[in-house]
Amino acid sequence: MQFNIEINDQEVSAKRGETIKNVLDRIGIQVPTLCYMNGFSPSGGCRMCVVEVDGISELVPSCSHFVTEWMKIKTHSPRVLKARKILVELLLAGHPDDCHYCERNGSCELQELAAGMNIRERKYHGKRRQVQIDKACSSIVRDPAKCVLCGRCIRVCDEVIGAFAIDVVGRGSESRIGTSYNKGLNMQGCIKCGQCIMVCPTAALTEKSNFQVVLDALSNPELFPVIQFSPTIPGSVAEAFNIKASKDILNLLRSALKKLGFKQVFDVSMAADLAIMEEASEFVSRLNKHENLPMLTSCCPGWVRYVEESRPHWLPNLSTANSPQQIMGRLIKNYISTSAGQKPENVFVVSVMPCTAKKHEAASDRMKDGITCNVDAVLTTRELVKMIRLLGIEMNSLEPEPSDTAFSMRSSAGNLFGISGGHLEALMRTVHFMITGQELNPIKINELRGLKNKKEARVKAGKTFFSVAAVNGLASAKTLLDEVEAGRADYQIIEVMACPYGCINGGGQMRGGDEKNLKARMKALYDVDDEEIIKVSHKNPVILDLYEKFLAKPGSGQNMELLHVIRTSTENR
Amino acid sequence: MFCLMNEILEKILVRYPANRKDSLLPILQEVQQVNGYLTDDLIAEVGRTLNMPVNKVFSVAAFYDQFRFRPHGLYHVQLCRGTACHLHGSLSYLGELEKQLKLKAGTTSRDRRYSLELVNCMGACESAPVIRINDVYHPHVTPEALTRIIHSLKEKTE
Repeated sequence: MQFNIEINDQEVSAKRGETIKNVLDRIGIQVPTLCYMNGFSPSGGCRMCVVEVDGISELVPSCSHFVTEWMKIKTHSPRVLKARKILVELLLAGHPDDCHYCERNGSCELQELAAGMNIRERKYHGKRRQVQIDKACSSIVRDPAKCVLCGRCIRVCDEVIGAFAIDVVGRGSESRIGTSYNKGLNMQGCIKCGQCIMVCPTAALTEKSNFQVVLDALSNPELFPVIQFSPTIPGSVAEAFNIKASKDILNLLRSALKKLGFKQVFDVSMAADLAIMEEASEFVSRLNKHENLPMLTSCCPGWVRYVEESRPHWLPNLSTANSPQQIMGRLIKNYISTSAGQKPENVFVVSVMPCTAKKHEAASDRMKDGITCNVDAVLTTRELVKMIRLLGIEMNSLEPEPSDTAFSMRSSAGNLFGISGGHLEALMRTVHFMITGQELNPIKINELRGLKNKKEARVKAGKTFFSVAAVNGLASAKTLLDEVEAGRADYQIIEVMACPYGCINGGGQMRGGDEKNLKARMKALYDVDDEEIIKVSHKNPVILDLYEKFLAKPGSGQNMELLHVIRTSTENR
Repeated sequence: MFCLMNEILEKILVRYPANRKDSLLPILQEVQQVNGYLTDDLIAEVGRTLNMPVNKVFSVAAFYDQFRFRPHGLYHVQLCRGTACHLHGSLSYLGELEKQLKLKAGTTSRDRRYSLELVNCMGACESAPVIRINDVYHPHVTPEALTRIIHSLKEKTE
């Protein structure tokens, strides 16, 4: 039902069921907020978005108050502004004064509010809470002292990820965001996806930084630092430096990474191609033996962690193929760099990932190969951007540098790993080829594209139809698994990415991306698929060469050590 | 001990319908009654029965003062800090108790002899100030009475 309301003396039409904030967003009036997240249930916790409504004596939070007919609203009256200022001053009263040394200096929402409200002195002196920084987890650091109790992290963790790793503990002035029995995040159901970092307004949640480790390695003359980057990185770096994402950006990134001091630069997409070859042959063999179907993809470390921890009975269904990051690490240490005359222990492999869970994956024991680990340090997109800025590299005036190593050759299929549905599409192309000996026609699977949480497709290979599904956001994956367990759904392959929309929206990406950014990042990946000549993993010449010279044929036991990993339940470790 | 606890827990849990989150508080109360306090294993087991994440169960339990996460002492001293008791000077008794029993409010002494807990209100305001030791209530506590109470406590434990 449409009716009129009055906002700041102006008549505006509104619909029943809309909140005041919805209307304000639509007509372009901004109110500050710390706890509101578009698309989530409002919590009304921070009270920053309060407005004055005629006839209601208290100020009301606009994010959770519904509009009624002929409501008269003042969004920036002196009373409202004063209330907001006091709220920020009260938040600052208990906040540590260490902005200069803070990870979020310059990108902190609380800092921004304080500056915007022209707060120039400490008005209230609150008692500092004695809290311990939780840094036991290999991906995420939690500093409760900087927490403003907005609860965004809880809502993301509950509603999108479904890991329920953190919650409010205590009551009143004693309440804080915590874990049960104050154990570290590594002891919880946390899958290290880092979505909480993406929504945290302050530095209460940050990634475990590998910044200094990498800088040290770069300046160590005994080491041979090399870097690998995920398919989403070129687009994200372009976005961070305001460069148009074109074909050149890949070479531009290569040149920037070389300038940082890395001796060799690799594209993880090539390892993704290898993973596809292994997965596809694994699927075909499972299909023939009628065992362990549906096959679950295993490239997302957050998802793998969830299966290991919470649904170990699904472990046999996980593909045994290792994640592209680890495959690349193993190849670099065992083959590529040794053939370039380097000792594996001197090679320092850094990977740039849009993901915090990859830090955990690289650090976890089973990925270690003898003494040296396969990936020595993982940087997030944010850390890489910071590093490029620190070392004074001007992205806009760089000369694009073509790849100098043969191992950067990729197919656009491997490049699709960055987005939900992309991995599955790439996999189906090769599965089709392995079953029928012919290419999938048309090569695009449009049902698996787009920004949706669940995508299904039926793909015909020869005489059989395969029903496959791609889900993103771990909570949707849990629902899908429940359906399969209850016998209400049946698939041959299920692709899961823990973060909503896949790696383009990973927990290591630049903060503050909205739907427009996501669409741009998605388009960048699909554009590559349109432009590139080699669109399928099984035609990547480097891969074929590797299989001929170094590896046994796809799916055979000899490749187990290099390209696969047997995952076990966390209880058995 | 956990095996034994498991059996007791099973007896409690079987009386409540599974997957009903509204049974959470009564279950936690019963479990605490039997075990004296809530352990992480117990909370995990309760969560499994009700199909609730462990952190959610802990979050609920941590909201209420009635739930304890550490074992309490042989003599569990509860001091009422309600309005009436406060007006009758219960704050000064808190200092005295902490000094004499050598522990902070909300903790248990290392030898597990004493534990001290603050209670929001015992509902016995007409007898303010009130101290409760295990199941015995001490109404209208005066400084002299408090000294006597502490003295007799120490005698009993030595």
